[in-house]
Amino acid sequence: MLQIKNLVVQIEDNRILNGLNLTVNKGEVAAIMGPNGSGKSTLSYVIAGKADYEVLDGEILLDGQNILEMGPDERAAAGLFLAFQYPLEIPGVASMTFLKAAINAQRKARGEIELTTPDFIRRVNAAATKLEVPKDMLKRGLNVGFSGGEKKRMEILQMALLEPRFCILDETDSGLDIDALRIVSEGVNALRSPDRSFLVITHYQRLLNYIVPDSVHVMSAGRIVKSGGKELALELEANGYADYREIEAA
Amino acid sequence: MAQLTLMRTPTETALVQAFDAAKATLPGDVESRAKAFEIFNRNGLPHRRVEEFKYTDLRALMREIAPFAVKPSASDAAAALAKTTAFAGTEALDVPFVNGHFVRDAVKFDALPEGVEIVPLAEALASGHEWLARLSPVAWAKDNPVYQLNSSFMADGVMLRIVGAVETPIHLRFMTGSETAVATATRILILVEDGASVTLLESHEGTNGAAHQPNDVVELIAGDRTNVHHVRLNREGDQTLALSTLALKLGGDAYFNSINVVAGSSISRHQVFAMLNGENSKAQINGVSMIKGGQHADSTLIVEHAAPHCESRELFKTVIDGEATGVFQGKIIVPHHAQKTDGRMMSAALLLSEGGTMNNKPELEIFADDVQCAHGATCGQLDDDLLFYLMARGLPRMEAERLLVQAFLGEAIEFVDNEAARDGLIAIAEDWLKARV
Repeated sequence: MLQIKNLVVQIEDNRILNGLNLTVNKGEVAAIMGPNGSGKSTLSYVIAGKADYEVLDGEILLDGQNILEMGPDERAAAGLFLAFQYPLEIPGVASMTFLKAAINAQRKARGEIELTTPDFIRRVNAAATKLEVPKDMLKRGLNVGFSGGEKKRMEILQMALLEPRFCILDETDSGLDIDALRIVSEGVNALRSPDRSFLVITHYQRLLNYIVPDSVHVMSAGRIVKSGGKELALELEANGYADYREIEAA
Repeated sequence: MAQLTLMRTPTETALVQAFDAAKATLPGDVESRAKAFEIFNRNGLPHRRVEEFKYTDLRALMREIAPFAVKPSASDAAAALAKTTAFAGTEALDVPFVNGHFVRDAVKFDALPEGVEIVPLAEALASGHEWLARLSPVAWAKDNPVYQLNSSFMADGVMLRIVGAVETPIHLRFMTGSETAVATATRILILVEDGASVTLLESHEGTNGAAHQPNDVVELIAGDRTNVHHVRLNREGDQTLALSTLALKLGGDAYFNSINVVAGSSISRHQVFAMLNGENSKAQINGVSMIKGGQHADSTLIVEHAAPHCESRELFKTVIDGEATGVFQGKIIVPHHAQKTDGRMMSAALLLSEGGTMNNKPELEIFADDVQCAHGATCGQLDDDLLFYLMARGLPRMEAERLLVQAFLGEAIEFVDNEAARDGLIAIAEDWLKARV
């Protein structure tokens, strides 16, 4: 489903990704782990289409189509979703207004008819109940005054409503207590399907106890340096990233 | 002894001629008009070396004087009013004006809501009505050349008196319907008696393509324990130079809320002179300007806390596209006796293009020692990170921008109490943003 080939990316003359290769198959949950500064968040931003990064080489294919020439909105309409590590606060834009605008923009881009208001509200209510998002939160400005856990739940709520094909979770576990981690993980697990793939980016193995991956990739100095099954995450938890830093230094 | 001759621009010479020609036909006491014009004429049109007009140089901007509009025929007035759309969805008592003249036939004087009295200004001036003694309640306005011009040329308007709680909003609907450029000067005097409450809507619309020159003054004397909501909308024609003034004198234990929304005219300057004259009152004075192309919008205000224990909030939002220019000049004045004053003034501008300009000049003049006053001014662009966040959810760039600009303006619009009027303003902001594409 997603193929990244020899991706080289820099920001302000700082090379962050150095020929990164990664394949995530349809229905697969792939985890990327790695130390701070290895380029994990850059990878998620580059896939989503943030403008600050300069792609020097390589390609990113979503179902065979190179998405690097597409704007972030076009990528979203093509089925890509990034759950932000730090979801932004947008005062004055009510969450409901935002959700409806996002869903209908994507439907419009795909040539589908817009959702009717009752249909939209029904879907939001169903998703909000599952993720334990109170209704009054949806009426307030997007993420304004939300706790870290509430913001992450709002990200997963958006993911559930937008029904993407490929989801990137960028350190979704950061700033979450155990209860929030459980709610968020259950939300993600409920969305797992043979047609939907996930790229789960995290520092810690803990998240992967809740969202059990099919594959684990270790990232260091802007490259995938080791790939394996879910047991690789446990190994990393026991030994740390020291082994891979040496590769970096070498 | 050498004679000193003041240099006059052709516009100023034309104004002198226009006044000499008009003064005999304008209603009311010629002497007081002549006095007002003489005061204006001492300095002429204000220019950029006059501090208050530094960013809006009227001497440079008013190259010609449009002829003063005559009273339209009943059919012309009806045709012009049929083209107005402002506050269409808001139920209100309609008080219409066409080309600066009150359309008397449109108001049913025998069926006015309880607590509302309306006196046509032209008649009041001619007959020397007793309420005229309450005209010009705010000294700051009297020193202002735009106001002095209005005092010289005011041809029509109404005087309103509000007693008790008036539920039906009153809509002062101004339409400049002439196809050729005209100048107008209207004066509205609103007396809100002690304990009364009212919502005032004021809309200004006009034909495109003609360089109209309206100069409107609204004077509001709100007594003790009054509650007044005022919503003003500028949807003047695209060549119009619109000058307007709101002069407010507010009593004690009162609440006053005003917003001016600029969504029209080529050049506009809205002046607010507010005097908080009684203790424990609160004033919320907001402004929203949406300008593009070569438009110029000036919001100038003076808020004088003339009594202790008052609170004022001023919130002005300007969105600038194209080569447009925004101006904000705000001053809070706190005399030495106005202790416990709480004043906060904010002007925020959003530049959507490279070529736009914003001039922000917030000032505080504080002589009391136990006050809380603050002012702020910002000028920036849309946040790239916020835009990316919205686009990553599927919103195309223009739509993402629109949502963010609406949110920016919404902060000032949300103070409008009347739901239909508020929705109308939000729709105008949406239309303005959609027209950008």
